Amino acid sequence: MFDSLSSRLEGVFKKLKGHGKLTEKNVEEGLREVRMALLEADVHYRVAKKFIADVKARALGQEVMKSLTPGQQVVKIVNEELTRLMGESLEDLNLSGTRPVSVMLVGLQGSGKTTTSGKLAVYLKKKGKKPYLVPADVYRPAAIDQLKKLGGQIGVPVFPSETEMDPVEICDKARTAAQKAGCDVLLLDTAGRLHLDAELMAELVRIRDAVMPSDILLVADAMTGQDAVNISESFDKALDLGGVILSKMDGDARGGAALSIRAITGKPIKFIGVGEKLTQLEAFHPDRIASSILGMGDVLTLIEKA
Amino acid sequence: SKTRDVLTTDIDELFRGRKKLDADLLEEIEELLITSDMGVETTMTLIDRISKKSGGISNAKELKAVLKAEVCALMAKPAPATASPRKPHVIMVVGVNGVGKTTTIGKLAARFAGEGKGVIIGAADTFRAAAVEQLTIWAERAGVDIVKHRDNADPAAVAFDSVEAATARGKDIVIIDTAGRLHTKVNLMEELKKIKRAVAKKLPDAPHDIYLVIDATTGQNALSQAKLFNDSMGITGLILTKLDGTAKGGVVIGICNTLDIPLTYIGVGEGVDDLQKFDPEQYAEALFS
Ligand SMILES: Nc1nc2c(ncn2[C@@H]2O[C@H](COP(=O)(O)OP(=O)(O)OP(=O)(O)O)[C@@H](O)[C@H]2O)c(=O)[nH]1
Ligand SMILES: Nc1nc2c(ncn2[C@@H]2O[C@H](COP(=O)(O)OP(=O)(O)OP(=O)(O)O)[C@@H](O)[C@H]2O)c(=O)[nH]1
Ligand SMILES: [Mg+2]
Ligand SMILES: [Mg+2]
Repeated sequence: MFDSLSSRLEGVFKKLKGHGKLTEKNVEEGLREVRMALLEADVHYRVAKKFIADVKARALGQEVMKSLTPGQQVVKIVNEELTRLMGESLEDLNLSGTRPVSVMLVGLQGSGKTTTSGKLAVYLKKKGKKPYLVPADVYRPAAIDQLKKLGGQIGVPVFPSETEMDPVEICDKARTAAQKAGCDVLLLDTAGRLHLDAELMAELVRIRDAVMPSDILLVADAMTGQDAVNISESFDKALDLGGVILSKMDGDARGGAALSIRAITGKPIKFIGVGEKLTQLEAFHPDRIASSILGMGDVLTLIEKA
Repeated sequence: SKTRDVLTTDIDELFRGRKKLDADLLEEIEELLITSDMGVETTMTLIDRISKKSGGISNAKELKAVLKAEVCALMAKPAPATASPRKPHVIMVVGVNGVGKTTTIGKLAARFAGEGKGVIIGAADTFRAAAVEQLTIWAERAGVDIVKHRDNADPAAVAFDSVEAATARGKDIVIIDTAGRLHTKVNLMEELKKIKRAVAKKLPDAPHDIYLVIDATTGQNALSQAKLFNDSMGITGLILTKLDGTAKGGVVIGICNTLDIPLTYIGVGEGVDDLQKFDPEQYAEALFS
């Protein structure tokens, strides 16, 4: 639908063949294109604005490298800044504390929590852990059945929740049950809820206070638009998140929500979901999302070699 | 209504202490449009049109009126040709994962049943864990029949049987649920086409409607979803769900405009009654009130 950022930037910088310092004028023109690319990738308006201001401050007066054009030099700085913001290292689940520990999954309706619970169970099993799945969604029709079926597919025990039970009671009782079953990590699959639903947000806080999870993960859809800032800010404020999992990264979304969420909460993105199958969970690589958001893997490869 | 309450953004606030539409105000309007997920292209179009009319805009009320008129102009579509009512009228519901297809089908079924129509739901999502169980509960809530096969059965066969059952039982409407799938997955899009063909085998002019469900929380990717689903399936209407949150779903404006597909219903909650007929006036009003 849109020209790729690289070809547009090339247009902007065509006139500026020579090397030397980056000037206010050529930086500004280039960054206007970068800003468009960020907005088209769903980075939040304010986040994009601040990001561009930061890059500009860094870029002004910089010497253009011999092997790069001024345009590529700006992109190089943009890429570095993006990667720095996204966090440079991989972050794993936090499983510290006395066994069994709990990991809590939260998020909006349909973001992928139940599926991701199953995926984390597979991941933990591979690492030699004994996961225990806990359906704590008593609202969505057949949500408990869904997790039971997933547990059955992967041979992981599932707490026998019932819709009449209170979610806090479920999570509490599941701890003892998990211990009895010889399991060491509980995966709490909570019901999807809107961040502005005060009553249901309070329920999450009660679950957290009852089980003291070692990690609380926001599962967010990679296709999320500008609302990503409201969502992540609200969940983080209420619960103090340990991290984020971005689901549905297997499509063609540019994933700007990742940048918005990171900029607003400062919390690490730990995993990405790349399919409906329970094996389709991957570690999050901050540098890859940078090129996806900018939509210019080709240029970045070139620049990295410079 | 629920949408009105949640979609409020303060144009009055923007205009406070100002007399005319200057560059600063235009930038604030740009922020408002972008943060409603309208996307760069639609936002630029709107800003451009507002600037041209800036002479006639000197207060918040006038600005709102112009914004509303321009949004409605982008969305308004000629009413779909009134074909003679088919019996049964077959509706397929499609979309990416987790947008609210199954829930919307429950709400639609209840709505139609409430109008005195005989409804059958076809459980053609045989893939997602407990999708059939979920739809069965919705069928009970709506008080309508459901046709289902076992897990992992051929979805096209379920769709075929649903239409056949509706014909045999003299029902008015068939609504077919399909598994969520990303628009970029070619094999899964082929499977959808196969379901469509199976329906047509039973009833040559069916499906009569194919609704694409879009989640209001989705950003610019919804453009790609709409384009690719439309290319494969021929979408006749859009349904925008989850408008009860803080997301405004502005991306649908660009979709309606570029693909010429009407937005038919909006979802405003998880309850059986949380479905409304879409009204562009009301939506535009809510965006800028
Ligand atoms: N393509 C793709 N689909 C996914 C991914 N993760 C989840 N899904 C699908 O997204 C849909 C919703 O997933 P669920 O796990 O039910 O989401 P949820 O957050 O538990 O939903 P609620 O409990 O209703 O709030 C299902 O169709 C999943 O198969 C992913 O990484 N890629
Ligand atoms: N707040 C809110 N939640 C909704 C709305 N519509 C659906 N949901 C919720 O969104 C989640 C996903 O809904 P489903 O109907 O299962 O979505 P789907 O598209 O059938 O999902 P898959 O079949 O997995 O692709 C559920 O938790 C629903 O309750 C809505 O209008 N508002
Ligand atoms: Mg769930
Ligand atoms: Mg469904």
